[in-house]
Amino acid sequence: MSSAELSRSPGCLIEARDVVKSFGQTPALRGASVSAAAGEIIALMGPSGSGKSTLLHCMAGIFKPDSGQVWFDGTRLDELNETKRTELRRTAFGFVFQFGQLVPELSTADNIALPLLLNRVRRKTAYQTAESWLVRLGLAELGARRTGELSGGQAQRVALARALAPRPKVIFADEPTGSLDSLASESVMDLLVSIAREEGTTVVLVTHDARVAAYADREAIVRDGKVTAPLDPVDPAGRHAGAEVVG
Amino acid sequence: MSVPLTLLGLLEREPSHGYDLKREYDVYFGRGKPLPFGQVYATLSRLTRDGKAIAGEAEPGGGPDRKRYAITELGAADVETWLSEPVQPEPHLQTVLFSKVVLSLMLGRSAEQYLDLQRLAHMRRMRELTEIKRTGSLVDALLADHGLFHLEADLRWIDLTAARLNALAEMVGTQS
Repeated sequence: MSSAELSRSPGCLIEARDVVKSFGQTPALRGASVSAAAGEIIALMGPSGSGKSTLLHCMAGIFKPDSGQVWFDGTRLDELNETKRTELRRTAFGFVFQFGQLVPELSTADNIALPLLLNRVRRKTAYQTAESWLVRLGLAELGARRTGELSGGQAQRVALARALAPRPKVIFADEPTGSLDSLASESVMDLLVSIAREEGTTVVLVTHDARVAAYADREAIVRDGKVTAPLDPVDPAGRHAGAEVVG
Repeated sequence: MSVPLTLLGLLEREPSHGYDLKREYDVYFGRGKPLPFGQVYATLSRLTRDGKAIAGEAEPGGGPDRKRYAITELGAADVETWLSEPVQPEPHLQTVLFSKVVLSLMLGRSAEQYLDLQRLAHMRRMRELTEIKRTGSLVDALLADHGLFHLEADLRWIDLTAARLNALAEMVGTQS
């Protein structure tokens, strides 16, 4: 598919097409395809080992697919060299992982300012931005605390602020609530969805938790390294109108 | 939901008119299924007959809605018993889902496709409930949570059943 062809998909910001990826002899993705529109929140669901995290990593340019294509905003991500992919990850993408991956020795404000400083934002501006995100995420009083002293829910909110601070076009969130209890999980997802909608940020969310996936606009099921045929619940053909929720 | 016991519970809090009882019931328990006035007064009438509630004198204005109802000791004992007993867990399978899966297999239809469709319908409802939870009151959130946890349990069953379809198909003597 050419860039011109891709641009025919209105609003499509990021797309994986027939992506294949193996680790040694072990196939992880066997031709997975999925796309997300600008401002859309999609959930990649599936059983353990289905390939959903590998798909996210390929879409984010962390892994290079063995074959297939990854498009971001009209650019073939899979054809970029490591330097350019790193640059793109720093400027256009934000990441939230299960265990925050904050720097425990640094303060909360330092952690949020870090990606901005790496993007050569002036120090004063970076810390002002970090402060504004701390306020926005209800963490204003924690700016000076080391992240190693935070609770799991607080740490994930800081991770969220760090991911959002550079105003990325896409947030990749891999099991962002996997280590949290129900209430903390709800709080993190609420913030992620609210801010993504306000900012128009696309979110690619990996989760095995249906209650977390329900925060997304739609979900794609990954099974055996493939995304199962996308079935639109509001299919104009009404194919699924008969499906009833009996629970 | 036991309407008579719920109304009795509301009466235990304070004596009330039928109209106020209905309004309070709808706010907390009715949620998309308001209690008809007729049912409120029929229930109050039965509770009065059974000695679980008493109706005061009709107040100016007339009509059953002008009576103030109060709970009796017998009614309070019923509420006490009801609230101290757990609801009977329902160990039976999700019979409609189960029946559709088994019948699909028996009839040589795609049970997997049915489960995928059901999963979509469940997820759609979960998204609706999640939005209600995000934007509604605490009572809305609690009720939405109850629905979400039940739907989640169904989804787990759907996923596990999807993983067992081949074995199930063998058992019913056909292919998924």
